[in-house]
Amino acid sequence: MTKYALEIKHLNKTYRNGVIALKDINLSVEDGDIFAFLGPNGAGKSTVIGIITTLVNITSGEVKVYGKDIMQHPEITKQMIGVVPQEYNLNQFIPIIETMVNIGGYFGLSKKQALSKTQELFEDLGIWHKRESTPRELSGGMKRRLMIARALIHNPKLLILDEPTAGVDTELRLTMWDFFKKINNDGVTIILTTHYLEEAERLCKNLSIIHHGEVVQNSPMVDIMSSSRKHTYIVRTDSKITDKNIFEENINIIDDKSCELTVDNKTSITEIITKFNQSNINVIDILSKRNKLEELFIELTQK
Amino acid sequence: MKDLYLIQITTIFKKEFARWSRIWIQTILPSVITMFLYITIFGNFIGERIGEINGLAYIHFIIPGLIIMPIISNSYMNVVGSFYSGRFQKSIEELFVSPLSSHVILIGYVMGGVSRAFVVGFVVYIVSLSFTSIPVHNVFLAIFLTLLVSFLFSILGFINAVYAKSFDDINIIPTFVLTPLTYLGGTFYSIYNLPEAWQTVSMFNPIAYMVSAYRYAFIGVEDLNTYGAILLMFILIFMLYSLAIYLLNKGIGVKN
Repeated sequence: MTKYALEIKHLNKTYRNGVIALKDINLSVEDGDIFAFLGPNGAGKSTVIGIITTLVNITSGEVKVYGKDIMQHPEITKQMIGVVPQEYNLNQFIPIIETMVNIGGYFGLSKKQALSKTQELFEDLGIWHKRESTPRELSGGMKRRLMIARALIHNPKLLILDEPTAGVDTELRLTMWDFFKKINNDGVTIILTTHYLEEAERLCKNLSIIHHGEVVQNSPMVDIMSSSRKHTYIVRTDSKITDKNIFEENINIIDDKSCELTVDNKTSITEIITKFNQSNINVIDILSKRNKLEELFIELTQK
Repeated sequence: MKDLYLIQITTIFKKEFARWSRIWIQTILPSVITMFLYITIFGNFIGERIGEINGLAYIHFIIPGLIIMPIISNSYMNVVGSFYSGRFQKSIEELFVSPLSSHVILIGYVMGGVSRAFVVGFVVYIVSLSFTSIPVHNVFLAIFLTLLVSFLFSILGFINAVYAKSFDDINIIPTFVLTPLTYLGGTFYSIYNLPEAWQTVSMFNPIAYMVSAYRYAFIGVEDLNTYGAILLMFILIFMLYSLAIYLLNKGIGVKN
């Protein structure tokens, strides 16, 4: 049994209009992982996901799901994959419970099996009471949850979430994070793309960052958290900051008694406070503005 | 594996059947009303003045053609409408991320079109009985031909749906190709009553063979050879089926 849920080797994609979407992508996702796949808009994330789910044709390269090539064994690999796409792609005219039964049928589930699994998923995701509604009658958050339930109807081993919490309120997002953690604990490997870097930081063990169709970072989350070179703080003081040269690093005055300070990651909070004190300014409060993942993301994708 | 395919095909078929039967006022009723008007006007009012064709009352002569007309249009429109609508909403992606083979997808959609064609054809036949009693010469042949014709035009509708880029595109073939071929296919007249040049032209109209074969199944009279018509339909089904499978395998119209 392979230890990888997903292996991508030398993957290239050039669209018919000549746009090169992916350039020699190599990455692997271990079984049981929650893997963050990050990148700015248009970086190629959705193309990679499209290729894994066979909605996008490969130009060259190899993609394997649990050791099976998606081109040679599409029916086997699709049985192992569940996908939540970025855009709503629901049949707008039929009750959502019917959608679930249909999808179950596509994966070989009988109506009884599909209904039973639907009830379990809808109850977990809090949309059972809406089962007779059509997608047009659902809120954005409910549609997202429906798409997650739809992706899980056949108990996939690998779940691909393409911005699953986009447009979802904070409370629901937290609930969904708990749900993702729960299904991961139950053995489902998750690949997550998101623009909420906090989401990736909280949920994921490993990550890749893709930019202009190339993987620019591929490492465990813990390494990233300890490798970022810069850190930004919001500092509140008891008196006016008059001298912008307290620090050699970048300092932006927000108002009389607060500033944004970007320092080398070797600079400790104690050193910052000490430097302010040397200029006869007391620090009242110091907050980390960006998380380290966000800093790395910006650093890599703004090159 | 057989069970898997069976569940998959019946799922697509049930989805399609539910789709058109849920909106029967839009899908079934218009064809029935149109054919009712045709039978009333052409069969009754005008037919009485026309008299007989090939020794048959005009109303008897035209009814087989009037049954096959909605069979052709409904099988075609069912598949082209449903598949294109799925493409438009992107819900068609549900099929392509599932472990469905191209054959399963195509057969599922075609069965949906065939089922609608059978229901429409049967209802139009029942309506025709209220005007005149028309005994069916060969019931099994009529059913077999209904199956072949609706299967053929369902596949054609599927291919149209793959290439369509807008809802307007799904009406181009029915309006500019199927309707003229159907009207010129000998529904309302015997091909042999046409001038010789037009008789030759009619020989290149595949729908003329289908109308003739259908007329033979109903009233035992044929303009063109029925076995030849069946062979032609098999050849067309084989060719179009192969093309549809090729398009599905390539993901044309669906994949990037």
